[in-house]
Amino acid sequence: MRGFERHINEFHQRGVEVVAISVDSPAESQKLCQSRGYRFPFLSDPKAETIRQYGVLHAKGGEGGKDIARPAEFLLDAGGTIRWVNLTDDIRVRASPESVLAAIDRLAL
Amino acid sequence: MVRLAGLKRRRNILNWAGFAVVLVAFVSYIPFFALFPATRDIPWANYLLFLVGGALIAMGVRRAFRYPERHAGRISGLVLASLSALLFAFFVVGVTYFSKQIPSAESALRVSRKAPSFVLVDTARQPVSSVDLLKHHRGLVLVFYRGYW
Repeated sequence: MRGFERHINEFHQRGVEVVAISVDSPAESQKLCQSRGYRFPFLSDPKAETIRQYGVLHAKGGEGGKDIARPAEFLLDAGGTIRWVNLTDDIRVRASPESVLAAIDRLAL
Repeated sequence: MVRLAGLKRRRNILNWAGFAVVLVAFVSYIPFFALFPATRDIPWANYLLFLVGGALIAMGVRRAFRYPERHAGRISGLVLASLSALLFAFFVVGVTYFSKQIPSAESALRVSRKAPSFVLVDTARQPVSSVDLLKHHRGLVLVFYRGYW
């Protein structure tokens, strides 16, 4: 997340928006954004509906057996087609913003 | 071992310094080294700290056993060495096993599939629609994350 924040201008220069999605409530996300200074939208999917639709549900992965999202990054083009996906198998290892920017340039979105 | 009268044994600082370094190696990953991809994906900086801490304790224990008349810390050295080994084992299991306990991504949507549209609320509780976002942008990156509960 910090990486995306650091490179957010490069995404915006390319006309690409970044949004973060989790089951956290708007209030929890707001706290996170304020403390870390994130400027891109953090969206709340408390029932994990969108998370389920994208197939990135981690059933009972949260505290108290709560359904949460597994880490994943998707790149959509303006037509709403998925053009690039990163699915890690390790919660520590996330897609770097540089690799997403490289995919945007390679795909010439 | 007979202690020479009048010769005070010195506290074995190496044991404690080594253990302090091991503690730093153990606790620094999440709040610090995990913030940078270079030290996050492969936690080499933490491994290096464990190595330095372990070496210091090894030196401390060695001199405590070799020169017991000069250096204290045989028992503390062994206890701290065992604790360090435990912390190291826990760290390794954490970064090689526990962090991989996520379901397989087999059901995740793949490239060239149509992305499901969504309307979700942002931190100001305002609805944000993916269709609207795509109208005004050439692309959209969705970053799914576990959340902080």
